[in-house]
Amino acid sequence: MRESRFSPFGRFRRSHEFWLLIVILALCASLGVANAQFLTMQNLFDLLTSYAFVGILALGLLVVLIAGGIDISFTATASVAQYVTLSVANAYGANWISVFAFAIGIGGALGALNAIFIQKLRIPSIIVSVATLNIFYGLLIFFTGGKYIYSLPDWFATGIFWFEFEWGKDTSYGVNLQILALAVSFLVTWLLLNRTNIGRQIYAMGDNADAAQRLGFHIFGLNMLVYCYMGVMAGIASLVQAQLAQSVAPTVLVGKELDVVAAVVLGGASLMGGVGTVLGTFLGLALLAILQNGIILLGVSSYWSPFFVGSVILISVSATAWSQRERRTRGARA
Amino acid sequence: MSNASTLSLRGRLIRLAGSGTIATLILLLVALWVVFAIAIGDRFFSANTLQSMAFQMPELGILSLAMMLALLSGGLNLSIISTANLSGLTIAFLLTRYIPGSQGVAWVGVQVLAIAAGFAVAALVGLVNGFVIAYLGVSPILATLGTMTLCKGLAIGLTRGNVISGFPEPIVFIGNGTVFGVPFALIVLALCALPVALMLNATPFGAKVYMIGSNEKATRYSGVDTRAVLLKLYVLSSLLAGVAAVVMLARFNSANAAYGESYLLVTILAAVLGGVDPFGGFGKVGGLLLALIILQVISSAFNLLNLSQFLTLAIWGGILIAVAAVPHLGGKAPR
Repeated sequence: MRESRFSPFGRFRRSHEFWLLIVILALCASLGVANAQFLTMQNLFDLLTSYAFVGILALGLLVVLIAGGIDISFTATASVAQYVTLSVANAYGANWISVFAFAIGIGGALGALNAIFIQKLRIPSIIVSVATLNIFYGLLIFFTGGKYIYSLPDWFATGIFWFEFEWGKDTSYGVNLQILALAVSFLVTWLLLNRTNIGRQIYAMGDNADAAQRLGFHIFGLNMLVYCYMGVMAGIASLVQAQLAQSVAPTVLVGKELDVVAAVVLGGASLMGGVGTVLGTFLGLALLAILQNGIILLGVSSYWSPFFVGSVILISVSATAWSQRERRTRGARA
Repeated sequence: MSNASTLSLRGRLIRLAGSGTIATLILLLVALWVVFAIAIGDRFFSANTLQSMAFQMPELGILSLAMMLALLSGGLNLSIISTANLSGLTIAFLLTRYIPGSQGVAWVGVQVLAIAAGFAVAALVGLVNGFVIAYLGVSPILATLGTMTLCKGLAIGLTRGNVISGFPEPIVFIGNGTVFGVPFALIVLALCALPVALMLNATPFGAKVYMIGSNEKATRYSGVDTRAVLLKLYVLSSLLAGVAAVVMLARFNSANAAYGESYLLVTILAAVLGGVDPFGGFGKVGGLLLALIILQVISSAFNLLNLSQFLTLAIWGGILIAVAAVPHLGGKAPR
């Protein structure tokens, strides 16, 4: 028992992610027994596709939270990036590379604006992002009149379908735009946080910004990178969402900020900074996705879905906090 | 006017108002009044305009007070809107189900009981929030995110998203009636703001709330039962949401699971604009009220100028950044 405290598995066993994994596995097992449709390839692909938008945004927010900040303007950033990019693509023509470059550029620029307000005017990130959410969204609807775009370029509407394979009788699966973008975002974010010097600096800055500054870290540059990264993720997520919805609706994204926040903080990221992992975010996202999906598959009226989601959030965060308290008090007595 | 004299004017105002933010807000309000007076003219000062402003402010005002209490302690209450809707629906359900046909003692009794039941629901949500945050140690954003989703889910599940409407005269009066030309809802806002201001500034409880917001650990080590204070604070925050529920259902003469959802981030905007520190410990009710008046003046003026309400949102955001940046533009060291 004593030894396990230092072994890699022992450490994992006491981590937030471990408990999350147990909850998810239990949920999957019971849903699998209750409904044969749950544990199918079809359902897995559907889940990944429909949660790609929230997932990509969650990765951007994870990096911001680790850096010790917060951003809730990303839904407005995504709405702007989506609307402008696809309007331009409709008017002047484009291809996959140019739409993504454009959306990433807009997202990154709006993220840079956040970073400048936060760092140069020294305003807390929560204030800045509440303000820029209203500014970006208000101006977008003011200039566009809130009109939807229903006609998208044909190649964009068709999407992509890679690595097609057969499963079972006559169902074929493939990697679509949503799954591809989600996978690439996970990979890049994991690499950034775990395999680069900058990633370590982001953790250090989130843990103690003063100490990081005295060590000679370039705080403005790091913040700029972090908020631009969030903006870039919002740009990518916006195209993924538009492709899935087959339209651009400027008013439907704003208001979904808290879904993304829920996924990331359920995954163990702290609002105090310095804490959070890509695995945790994946598990937090998976918990919410499986829960909502499970409720539908169990035939519960969709009117009751938020009630169950809320209950699980409340119970799981309470249980986590309780187990940590227990451990702390036991540790203190020992 | 030269730059130096504005600075000294602000300086004098700071001494007068006792706070830099409040001085900035007063200057901003005066500036807005001057600009809109020139742009709109007499119409801006007509009794009609003033009265419509006074009708629109109370809902957001009471909800912002609820948010402010949580912010002062270094927390956050994301569940205020869904709490308001849930308790509003409770009141609406009881009113439409049990109200007798003729006026009388029972008629009055049902209305009083319905509102009491709505407050009870709000207090219950506050107890859950307070218990989970104070005694289990869950971060306020997560806990209230959970209760927010739960309350909204309960409200949607029970009503299937439908509206409950049609209330008796006295209830409708709360949202639409006037006393000597003053909207009754504004009086309700004042009846909420005054006790909250007194509680925060003149009672040991208020002092403890500010202390917890500044440094929870130090407050606990100095012998304050921080958990009991936080529990009470979240119950109070929830009860204010319950009062907002009454004003909202009275004004619309209906209740629904999804009313006022866009208010959530606006309450944070209003509180922070009013000088409430988003990390807790600082903020006055007076600042919040000034911020609310500023937001309302902009909104009403844009309405008179036939400008989009979405442009109002954008301007609100811009004002927030501008006001938050003021202390740092004067060359003062960042906090």
